[in-house]
Amino acid sequence: MTAPLHDTGAAETAAVDVAAGVPAKAIEGRSPWRIAWIRLKRDKVALAGGVVVLLLILVAIFAPLIVSLLGHPPNDYHEDQIDALFGTPKGSWGGMNSDFLFGVEPVNGRDVFSRVVYGARVSLLVAFLSAVVAVLIGTVVGIVAGYFGGWVDAVISRIMDLLLAFPQLLFIIALVSVVPNSLWGLSGSGVRMAVLIAVIGFFGWPYVGRIVRGQTLSLREREYVEAARSLGAGRTYILFRELLPNLVAPITVYATLMIPTNVLTEAALSFLGAGVKPPTSSWGQMLSKAVTTYESDPTFMVIPGLAIFVTVLAFNLFGDGVRDALDPKGSR
Amino acid sequence: MTIPEQPAPSDEVVPLLKVAGLVKHFPITKGLLRRQVGAVQAVDGLTFDVRPGETLGVVGESGCGKSTMGRLITRLLEPTAGTIEFEGKDITHLGVAGMRPIRRDVQMIFQDPYSSLNPRHTVGTIVGAPFKLQGITPEGGVKKEVQRLLGLVGLNPEHYNRYPHEFSGGQRQRIGIARALALKPKLVVADEPVSALDVSIQAQVVNLLDDLQDELGLTYVIIAHDLSVIRHVSDRIAVMYLGKVVELTDRTSLYATPMHPYTKALLSAVPVPDPGRRKRGAASGGSGGRILLKGDVPSPIAPPSGCRFHTRCWKATEVCRQQEPPLQALRTGHQVACHHPENAPA
Repeated sequence: MTAPLHDTGAAETAAVDVAAGVPAKAIEGRSPWRIAWIRLKRDKVALAGGVVVLLLILVAIFAPLIVSLLGHPPNDYHEDQIDALFGTPKGSWGGMNSDFLFGVEPVNGRDVFSRVVYGARVSLLVAFLSAVVAVLIGTVVGIVAGYFGGWVDAVISRIMDLLLAFPQLLFIIALVSVVPNSLWGLSGSGVRMAVLIAVIGFFGWPYVGRIVRGQTLSLREREYVEAARSLGAGRTYILFRELLPNLVAPITVYATLMIPTNVLTEAALSFLGAGVKPPTSSWGQMLSKAVTTYESDPTFMVIPGLAIFVTVLAFNLFGDGVRDALDPKGSR
Repeated sequence: MTIPEQPAPSDEVVPLLKVAGLVKHFPITKGLLRRQVGAVQAVDGLTFDVRPGETLGVVGESGCGKSTMGRLITRLLEPTAGTIEFEGKDITHLGVAGMRPIRRDVQMIFQDPYSSLNPRHTVGTIVGAPFKLQGITPEGGVKKEVQRLLGLVGLNPEHYNRYPHEFSGGQRQRIGIARALALKPKLVVADEPVSALDVSIQAQVVNLLDDLQDELGLTYVIIAHDLSVIRHVSDRIAVMYLGKVVELTDRTSLYATPMHPYTKALLSAVPVPDPGRRKRGAASGGSGGRILLKGDVPSPIAPPSGCRFHTRCWKATEVCRQQEPPLQALRTGHQVACHHPENAPA
């Protein structure tokens, strides 16, 4: 309701000003979001993190284009780049040269650059979508638990405790071994990714749920909730129109800080062989391959490791900045 | 405050709101099975009428059940017992849907202007919410009506797109008043409308309420703990103590001839900003001197037997400990619940 009214209001006032030739600016409210944005713009570290995050997303989206310009198809073997005797890349630094920017994979000579770029797709897609799943479930369940309280809250809270105590890594490894090769119209790596997203998201929602529940517990006592009730508002209106807008800030912060954790979880699972299926590349999977050759070819381990490190760091810095920007009472 | 002549305190006037035997107990539960071990008897048997066009002031100490009473008559809380009738219609146990049409006529102004406005909504959204929730499109559109309301309460209609944090406490309370008046209600319940404001702003807001009553013919129930505010705004005043009305009468007789000892003690506690007058009052004996009540308000979980005020009353006798005094009219239009009333007619 706000947005359209807001827009027409600004437009009308602006039109009047132009017509009258008065340079006076229309009175425009500074929304809490705009204030947070202004604050975020001042935080250079967070901004740098944000830029890196944006670049990573672009890399993931335009992976085929980037690879066609700067690399080779990710699954092509280049055995001419490999020392036939030792199976290691020819030349120093893992075979880095102007043709193979990040060198080649030992033994089969696949282009590491292309595989890292394609690996970003898997990592970010899994991390984002599982965060979305976790936020959606966590928000709805948390807000319901916090607002209704009583036995609803007790049951939901116990379920969250249960899930938080669950060994999710072991569960996923066990689950992956029984998931069929094609499911929900997906096949191969698609199934694995869907399973990863579902499971990481499913084990992630209690974290969001606890925060949302706690916030709702305090927000529901505010007088504006009573004011809405005194105007005849039903539960749905109070939950989603009055309470939810006040929960968006903590949820945003938690989501941005959850993505790097999910990147790490995905990498760990791929490392353990529960991630996407070869030949689809992912960073964790490259790391696990590098384990056998890191003594003779450390570059092959460093490159995906760096990719994970930079991604996680960038998201964390950005997330911290978002939190500080949204919470003016924070420590900084 | 705004009625030119005080309507004769007869029962001929049809009350706008009729409350009878209203009770609200908040259960205290214990243990895993939520066994009820007791109850906070926040409101314990209120009976009063609100007449159209008048201002009923409700006054009492913290925790005496004033705010609970306000939330019961606006049906934000479910009464434990008793009846509430609005314009002759029983609204005691109506649900959310059943109450919705009545909410157009009964509105509330809240105590804390920092908590009663949603920080993520613009003023336009906040004041426009009543129309949205009631499914009403006012003449000329919601935006125009909201701007008219903002003008009515003395705010700049151009501030439509601003957020609550951009306003001062007094301005925020005006926004809350605009929201309460949006649906042209008949009855407005104001729960401590000025207690969160600076003294200099209090007068502005009280006068605004006054003017709006003249202009729109509103009926007010104003809850406050500040006796000077109550004296300024009310036509009739109800004094509450521990969930009960102990005295209910028009302003003049309450301040001139309080009958309940508690009322007398309350009135004597109002600071007089004139040392000379205070001394003269004390010297002339009786009503001028300050009455210091001993002890604290007893817990509403276990209220005293008989008259609830007997633990602190200097006139208490055996009958007070055993029998609860009924609220009855000892003079026309002057109801009091006391066995040993002051200023009693001879």
